[in-house]
Amino acid sequence: METNPEIVFPEKQNPLESEIYLASQWELIWRRFKRHKLAIAGLVILIIIYTMAIFCGFFSPYSPYLYNADYINAPPQTLQFFDQDGFHFRPFVYGYEVSRDPETFRMEYQIDHSKKYPVYFLVRGDRYKLLGIWETDLHLFGVKEGHIFLLGADPMGRDLLSRVLYGARISTSIGFIGVFLSFVLGIGFGGISGLYGGAIDNLIQRMIEFIKSIPSIPLWMGLAAALPQDWTVIQVYFAITIILSLKGWTGLAREVRSKFMSLREEDFILSARLIGASKTRIITQHMIPSFLSHIIAQVTLAIPGMILGETSLSFLGLGIRPPAISWGSLLQAAQNVRTVALTPWLLLPGVFVIITVLAFNFLGDGLRDAADPYGK
Amino acid sequence: MLNYIIKRFIYMIPTLLLISLVVFIVIQLPPGDWLTAYVASLRESGDEIDPITVELLRERYGFNQPFFTKYLNWISGVLQGDFGYSFGWRKPVGELIWDRLGLTLVVSVSTLLFTWIVSFAIGLYSATHQYSFGDYLATFLGFIGLATPNFMLALILMYLAYKYFGLSVSGLFSIQYAMAPWSWAKFVDLLKHLWIPIIVIGTAGTASLIRVLRANLLDELGKPYVVTARAKGLSYLRLLFKYPVRIALIPFVSTVGWTFAGLISGSVITGIVLNLPTTGPMLLQALKTQDMYLAGSFLLFLSIITVIGTLVSDLLLAIIDPRIRYE
Repeated sequence: METNPEIVFPEKQNPLESEIYLASQWELIWRRFKRHKLAIAGLVILIIIYTMAIFCGFFSPYSPYLYNADYINAPPQTLQFFDQDGFHFRPFVYGYEVSRDPETFRMEYQIDHSKKYPVYFLVRGDRYKLLGIWETDLHLFGVKEGHIFLLGADPMGRDLLSRVLYGARISTSIGFIGVFLSFVLGIGFGGISGLYGGAIDNLIQRMIEFIKSIPSIPLWMGLAAALPQDWTVIQVYFAITIILSLKGWTGLAREVRSKFMSLREEDFILSARLIGASKTRIITQHMIPSFLSHIIAQVTLAIPGMILGETSLSFLGLGIRPPAISWGSLLQAAQNVRTVALTPWLLLPGVFVIITVLAFNFLGDGLRDAADPYGK
Repeated sequence: MLNYIIKRFIYMIPTLLLISLVVFIVIQLPPGDWLTAYVASLRESGDEIDPITVELLRERYGFNQPFFTKYLNWISGVLQGDFGYSFGWRKPVGELIWDRLGLTLVVSVSTLLFTWIVSFAIGLYSATHQYSFGDYLATFLGFIGLATPNFMLALILMYLAYKYFGLSVSGLFSIQYAMAPWSWAKFVDLLKHLWIPIIVIGTAGTASLIRVLRANLLDELGKPYVVTARAKGLSYLRLLFKYPVRIALIPFVSTVGWTFAGLISGSVITGIVLNLPTTGPMLLQALKTQDMYLAGSFLLFLSIITVIGTLVSDLLLAIIDPRIRYE
């Protein structure tokens, strides 16, 4: 910050310090958060992943449903910049030489150095609807002849990269919606519990303990198996979200309750009450702003559990069902060790799960540290 | 202390009843019943079954009765040791579940011990060597461990074992012991197979316990009494184990109920991927075919195991921490 050295007010001798005293709570949180390098990295990664998920049609080279019998289980290609003529500014991929194993009839792929497919940016390809509204055929990258499978192809010859990007839509949004439900339930029940105390508090606490004592995956499996087979993708999606948040809200409710209980005793709440502020005013103007940052951190840390839950359920065939695509339903293709040994790239959707969950954990940790800017 | 124990036991009874009710609601939720699923599967393979026969069977199995009659029949049977009939296996449920539940318990308890030992050692090291290379490595591995789904870890380990050692690591027994009665050799064989599921199921729990222990121990180490004790000449190791470690260990015990619930949960999905003879694969199959009494018994017992785990943790906590006993 620039200050004019000639005019120095006595109370402003240390500009940095006075700035800290004047800064609002959110400014202080942001300052603390910025110091947490891993949290910033997590935030950036998440922004990238969510952008790609929202505009998945644009970022993926093909339609995720495009079958191609010629490329069953094709291995991933790598982007190349060098060939026998030296460096090329435009990246390219080598084509495959396909043969069939005479005994097992499996397709076998060899890199064919004579086939070179240069990669172009902003090419026209399969038609899709951007954000579900505008129909277009523009893709970020693609090849004009031949094929490009940067993450390989699945057992039906569909491009795995496109499928992962489309799958990100369901896998990453399910965490958000599930957490939103948990958030509403958690604030509601936790708030009631903390505000009224007594018998209601006791009842809600017992309920939370009860829900926590049921092992989650068997419960989710039981509930998910109960979803009717003829439900549409949208219905299944929301049902899975609700199932996942059934347990998620309990932790939040406890957090909210303990915050309410400790805040009730604070001086500033007492003085607000003495001045004659109404209960609603105290809650909305004084209590919620003072613990909202904690809750946001908690919510961020709750999202990974939801993402992992959806992945596990879909992997078992109880969650998102084909033709809908999620990371878990993609991993279903890698059910046994033989498949994994022959086509290890089918595990790649799992890498995206790990990266997303890691990023959320880093972000949540950073937010939790920054949530209380008046602390040490 | 006795009062506390009695109180906790009495409190368990309504919890267990409530659990049985919830479990029954869950297994009743799917539209139709086992017969609808059975008829559908017959039709898929081209067979037909007489609708009158179906109605007769439905009558005999009591699928038509109202919800509470069915529940009361089931729960009174369970209390007398009769868990109903598995339609898919054509056997009483009681004959099917004990082996699998027993092995689930073996896997979960050994995973719990593994989790405790490993996280205690690593957490202690991390806290006493804060910001060292080992600390960063442990934190990094812990984050990865928390972020990797159980089944994925199982698949990766299976793949690595297959690729580099040519081993097939699924199951809990070698073929020659799978059906054999219990013997010393079978037990040794079990131990040889047990380590993979233990690592797979235990990683997430270990990672979170390491973080908890590290944070708590660091808090304790910064307190004035540690400085006082050092200033008075108490040796570092003796001090460490006598006071801060004991306090930092409380979360190990107090969260054992939830850790255990997580382990049971993880053992189900890992069991399915590794094809272990535990509850996982049979529960999944039963849920998919609406074999309701089999699925219900598994869900019920998995929850009961968890409730008992929580009870044990509460009792242990009362032993360690006298404040709880007298409250």
